[in-house]
Amino acid sequence: MMWTAVLVSAVGCYLLKLAGLSVPSRILERPLVERVADLIPVALLSALIAVQVFSRGHELVLDARALGLGVAVVLLLLRAPFLVVVFGAALAAAGARYFL
Amino acid sequence: MTDAPLPDQERRGIIRDSLGVGVATGAYGVGFGAVSVAAGLTVWQTCALSLLVFTGASQFALVGVVASGGAPLAGALSAMLLGTRNTLYGLRLAPLLDWHGARRAAAAHVLIDESTAMSVTRESRTAARLGFLVTGVSIFVLWNLATLAGALAGNALGDPRQYGLDAAVGAAFLALLWPRLHKRSNQLVAAAAAAVALGVVPIVPAGVPVLAAAGVALLAGALMKEPAR
Repeated sequence: MMWTAVLVSAVGCYLLKLAGLSVPSRILERPLVERVADLIPVALLSALIAVQVFSRGHELVLDARALGLGVAVVLLLLRAPFLVVVFGAALAAAGARYFL
Repeated sequence: MTDAPLPDQERRGIIRDSLGVGVATGAYGVGFGAVSVAAGLTVWQTCALSLLVFTGASQFALVGVVASGGAPLAGALSAMLLGTRNTLYGLRLAPLLDWHGARRAAAAHVLIDESTAMSVTRESRTAARLGFLVTGVSIFVLWNLATLAGALAGNALGDPRQYGLDAAVGAAFLALLWPRLHKRSNQLVAAAAAAVALGVVPIVPAGVPVLAAAGVALLAGALMKEPAR
């Protein structure tokens, strides 16, 4: 039963990925689809940040990850390179967990 | 959209950034391997999930349902529900990557959050393809190695949170979103999406909050009159 579930997930998830890449380009030429497709990364990235940083399971939490995100904002305002932003946030969160 | 070769400096920059995301994300496979074995899957089943399903939220959803006593096929359905996110990514990336046949079929397997994020903002096709491939392949390799390590070692390997890697992923997503926040309308969509996602966190299965945020993009796109760029 478990192997069936593993294989069903594998086939299903692969076909969902392939379907997105295979949609005919004329569908993307509609203004509505184009606007939505442009907004999707903004909405999804923002939601991913919110969920990654401010939730654990079904709970909303404020912990060291929020401090890490705050450090990332400051580094981005200072125009720091991508990796400095990413590992600066990690260092801040790890430090907060260690010392607090 | 140009196919021109990239200047060396830009090429190195994209490779470096993509590998950075690959390392930060791939390491999470340790957590998945440990959680999956704890949920009752075998090491082989755990590794098969990372090799064949290869989309983190879907994998976590499947083992989460199993761990809470749900039927494996119910877990598979949750995994596919979460996988619809990747269809939206593919829709956005198809004209940018412009791959066909076997290349498209192979690329589809590494079409995930991070490979999309690292390619969708590029200005040329060459840059988009490079960001997509380096991110997707480096995560695929590291995620699978980490899954095996996590499954074998269980919880003994320790928590990636100890190294702040959970905060690093959020920061990486923010750095990718940042250039898009100059536009007022994008700021509003981002704020609404975050609010909707956090609002539904307590009441829907893990991963669904991000899908709900895609609804914000649909709604905003339908209501907006001016072109997106």
